[in-house]
Amino acid sequence: MSVVTKPGEALAQVDTIAVTIDGIEVQVPKGTLAIRAAEMVGIAIPRFCDHPLLDPVGACRQCLVEVPDMGNGRGMPKPQASCTLECAPGMKINTQVTSPVAEKAQAGMLEFLLVNHPLDCPICDKGGECPLQNQALSNGNGESRYEGVKRTFPKPVPVSAQVLLDRERCVLCARCTRFSEQISGDPFIALVERGALQQVGKYAEHPYNSYFSGNVIQICPVGALTSVSYRFQSRPFDLVSTDSTCEHCAGGCALRVDHRHFQVKRRLAGANPAVNEEWNCDKGRFAFVSGRGEDRVTRPLVRRDGVLKVASWPEAIDAAVAGLRAAGSSAGVLTGGRLTVENAYGYSKFARAVLGTNNIDFRSRPASAEETIFLTTQVAGRGLGDGVTYADLEAAKRVVLVCLEPEEEAAAIFLRLRKAVRKHKVQVVTLAPYASNGSVKLNATVVPTGPGDEAAALAGVELDADTLVLVGERAATSPGTLAAVVAKAESAGARFAWVPRRAGDRGAVEVGCLPTLLPGGRAVHDAAARVDVAAAWGVETLPSEPGLDATGILSAAESGELQALVVGGLEPRDFASAQQVRDALESAGFVVSLESRLSEVTERADVVFPVALIEEHAGTFWNWEHRPGVVNTVIRQANTPMTDLRVLAALADAMGTSLGVRTVDQAATEFAELGSWEGPRPVPAGKPNGAKPRANGRSAGFRVATWRQLLDGGRGMDGEAALAETAKPAVARVSPATAAKAGLAHGGEVTVVTDAGGFFTLPLEVAEDMVDGAVWVPTNAPGVSLGEFGVLAGDTVQLNLGGVA
Amino acid sequence: MTDLLTPVLSANWGTAKSWDIGAYAAGGGYAALDKAFAMTPDQVTELVKDAGLRGRGGAGFPTGMKWSFVPKDNPNPKYLVVNADESEPGTCKDIPLLLASPHTLVEGMIIASYAIGCHTAFVYIRGEVLHVVRRLRNAVEQAYAAGHLGKDIHGSGYDLDIIVHAGAGAYICGEETALLDSLEGRRGQPRLRPPFPAVAGLYASPTVINNVESIATVPSIVVNGSSWFSAMGTEKSKGMTIYSLSGHVTRPGQFEAPLGVTLRELLELSGGIRDGHQLKFWTPGGSSTPILTGEHLDVPLDYEGMAGVGSMLGTKALQVFDETVSVVRTTLRWVEFYKHESCGKCTPCREGSWWLVQLLKQFEDGVAAPGDVDKLLDICDNIGGKSFCALADGAVACVTSAVRHFRPEFEAGYHTPARELFPYGRSALFEVPEGSHA
Repeated sequence: MSVVTKPGEALAQVDTIAVTIDGIEVQVPKGTLAIRAAEMVGIAIPRFCDHPLLDPVGACRQCLVEVPDMGNGRGMPKPQASCTLECAPGMKINTQVTSPVAEKAQAGMLEFLLVNHPLDCPICDKGGECPLQNQALSNGNGESRYEGVKRTFPKPVPVSAQVLLDRERCVLCARCTRFSEQISGDPFIALVERGALQQVGKYAEHPYNSYFSGNVIQICPVGALTSVSYRFQSRPFDLVSTDSTCEHCAGGCALRVDHRHFQVKRRLAGANPAVNEEWNCDKGRFAFVSGRGEDRVTRPLVRRDGVLKVASWPEAIDAAVAGLRAAGSSAGVLTGGRLTVENAYGYSKFARAVLGTNNIDFRSRPASAEETIFLTTQVAGRGLGDGVTYADLEAAKRVVLVCLEPEEEAAAIFLRLRKAVRKHKVQVVTLAPYASNGSVKLNATVVPTGPGDEAAALAGVELDADTLVLVGERAATSPGTLAAVVAKAESAGARFAWVPRRAGDRGAVEVGCLPTLLPGGRAVHDAAARVDVAAAWGVETLPSEPGLDATGILSAAESGELQALVVGGLEPRDFASAQQVRDALESAGFVVSLESRLSEVTERADVVFPVALIEEHAGTFWNWEHRPGVVNTVIRQANTPMTDLRVLAALADAMGTSLGVRTVDQAATEFAELGSWEGPRPVPAGKPNGAKPRANGRSAGFRVATWRQLLDGGRGMDGEAALAETAKPAVARVSPATAAKAGLAHGGEVTVVTDAGGFFTLPLEVAEDMVDGAVWVPTNAPGVSLGEFGVLAGDTVQLNLGGVA
Repeated sequence: MTDLLTPVLSANWGTAKSWDIGAYAAGGGYAALDKAFAMTPDQVTELVKDAGLRGRGGAGFPTGMKWSFVPKDNPNPKYLVVNADESEPGTCKDIPLLLASPHTLVEGMIIASYAIGCHTAFVYIRGEVLHVVRRLRNAVEQAYAAGHLGKDIHGSGYDLDIIVHAGAGAYICGEETALLDSLEGRRGQPRLRPPFPAVAGLYASPTVINNVESIATVPSIVVNGSSWFSAMGTEKSKGMTIYSLSGHVTRPGQFEAPLGVTLRELLELSGGIRDGHQLKFWTPGGSSTPILTGEHLDVPLDYEGMAGVGSMLGTKALQVFDETVSVVRTTLRWVEFYKHESCGKCTPCREGSWWLVQLLKQFEDGVAAPGDVDKLLDICDNIGGKSFCALADGAVACVTSAVRHFRPEFEAGYHTPARELFPYGRSALFEVPEGSHA
């Protein structure tokens, strides 16, 4: 239920008025709709078109109530739709509970809605959780008097590869069309035709390929919109629902995960007004089967005579311990960004207390020393109240986006920003090479910014105390940007937030999966902080020198400086150079991999331990706001693989040093007791390396601008073909001037040649507003991953006519 | 009898090329402009208020008051939109007016626009009447050429553009907010109110929407004064208006008379019911107004008179049916129209009209089940007053009033087809073979 309050505004400050509903007087905020006011006194008025997060439409007429007094002593002559009726002071409203008129009107409306409804509930996905079914039973007459011919349509019609439409089930409430227009801004479905033949239609030449299309299935009050992947998979009453938090990005969207027969059947957006309201993106909704393939690791593997072979747990643990013992503290830990806080804490503690090293980094992506300092001094140790929240986005005057494309990289932020723009006239400014689809939908002012020029561009943007700056993790590839954000925000009194991409990133910073940080924002170089942690962990000392970051660990492993690697779930191609990762894994003396699926890491590991999928264990994700989101165990089976934490604890035990924590609860408790560092915040130690902005066009050629698209070549989407079909096609984008200079034409193909001589070919799109001298390409399109070419944003490439390398 | 007629709007319909600006000007056309420009806009509004002109589109809302609702402090442009989407069964006054004398509307629009401070006015005209669309467009073009439209009209410093927009064939677009949506290029479906069009109408700006006849009446009020106008008609329904008679009358057509005239008088003017037949039932203002019978021949045809007998003045479209007509069949035809024209936005109209047609068909075919009359009335009760806009209210008004006056004829539908009780050929004005389904 949404009580109408502005974000950040206390309830007490809201003007309230008194209304009487079925004889019960209640104080409601001014502007409250009658249907919401009734909810406040516990009266549920039946409804179909009404949705608290969509603009009222008054189309289904199901929620009719009687208004004997408008507050001025006069009654309304006709029943009123309570979903469009704003409460007035002194208004009296009689619902179906006390008014025979309202009761009859509602029963009559349900009878009408069933006139053309097929009543195919026994074969309908929605049967059992259907508002039409439920309300027909609670507020309708038992039987219909309709004996005529029903309207029929061919069924189903694909609205997109992901969403199917059964038109004859539709009650034309316009929730889906309003969602697509108002919430996600993808109005590619609309009501067409008229009378009883009115139906949801799509553009002939444009399927409903929205990143948020799954929401329309969820809010459909009947079974008209169904999902290709879930259709006929289960009856709602056979499903067991578990609340959880999405693992796909740092948005922290609440989820409802439904399972049956030890298998997740579907995921729905959970309701968390503070985070995702009631929406989520299609990736979060549909991408959950990647762990079901043939490549699932279920038993430990040990390399014998160069070949990975299935081994028993004791065998694998012995093998791992032997390798790690031999390496001693000459080891590095790469955790990846997808761990729960508890698992990440296990790695952080394992590195320090068991291996005795600070060589740990969660960043399985291009990173920089400047970013390490930024995370150490500006991000770690902050709580929810210290930062920017979703609600703040709505209350701000202006939001500046730096190295962040919310629709692609932080979908929940995109939806909240769109709401902020639509409802609160928030102004969005984005430093970007062109106006992306998301920027257009946010009505954003684009400050044309070439890759690597963000720091310079930021200098020209005015900030004030009502401005929020959201800086994406891509800033690590744009030297000077993070420092510029901090300096500029501080001088203007503006607040900023770091928006990482992966669900585990924020938690990893907090638990110290960084070479410079211990848990709770304690700096490695701060002796008092070290003592604090050492005391809590019951160890004598902790390594005092900052460790190597991911790039350093990989180089050291390759050169033999480090003898062992402990690697969590990560993909080489996500790094700046996939080849460097592969080389390092191959050259490293000893590699222990904790994975749920076979990967390029397990291929090169000496010992592989299977670990649990997200639905198989509990934990916590910290989202970009620093807000904890609870992950609950969905699937409970006797043979479920252990968590990373438990594997690490077993390893520690075998090495003769207890990790001290074994279960998720223990880790969470220990981490909570440790708390955030209350001493002085770490200050930047020394000047960051490589902070000099790159000169424009440092060598002849075109600079690469890039970000990840929401639906791309990531392995987390494996197994979900319908979802993949709705992805945006991979294209290379250049300005008309660039196209002319390189001799390219719109609609043709372009071959991008890297300085190292690698090349790939993509369809070319000439965009009027693209900055000159640059080419935008997706970071990780299926089959074309920049990591494979060692190309980073800002790097120089050559552009040739398609097919000519 | 002809002294009952008060031709004002229709005064020039008989002149040669009455639609041409030359003929219109020769008859004193566009003389009202300078008179209006000599007044302040508020004075013009006051004049129309004083005259007591009420909306001729059906609802009868005072026109001057509607104009005065336009907020003065709203920074957005103000718009005048003339509703010429005349498409209700039986209604036939705006189209003849525009066919015969389109300049009357143009002149009225200039004065009305001046009064409300509008510089761009629109006519939303029914697209099917292409010949009328052409005449109106031609008239607007002539008015521009003559300096009645465009910049600095008659040296007054006042600018006005008129845009004639043809609709694409939807009855719902006569509903004023659906009309606005359609005019903006969207699907024509009624909008949620509030906000009302006076505050946020066309392009979310203050908008006055008036019927053709209301606006066309304005020049005569400006020329002749408010007391001239209010001397005609009845106490609360002032002035003259166009009554359209159709159906089983000897001389159907448009009759301009003061409000408050009776059907008996109009029938006398039109030569009465066709020879050898008697009046059975009639609509006072189109198919959306509850039907009346011979009992109501002497009820004044004004807003109050019609409301007093449970009907509405509507568009003063008097469809007259004699004793050969099956009221069941007529009702079904009307409801079929509403089913076809229901926009689909709200449930009761969309599904209810779909259901009513099937049920009424059973009555017509004599296969309704005993008790279905009550079911019919109950369905109407579930539709009426519960829909999003007034379209569905009109759809059920004809059914409930027909049952009220002719219940036994509906009950006959339990066993006897209407075509047996009322052989359809007899209603026709031409020879139809007996037994034909017509």
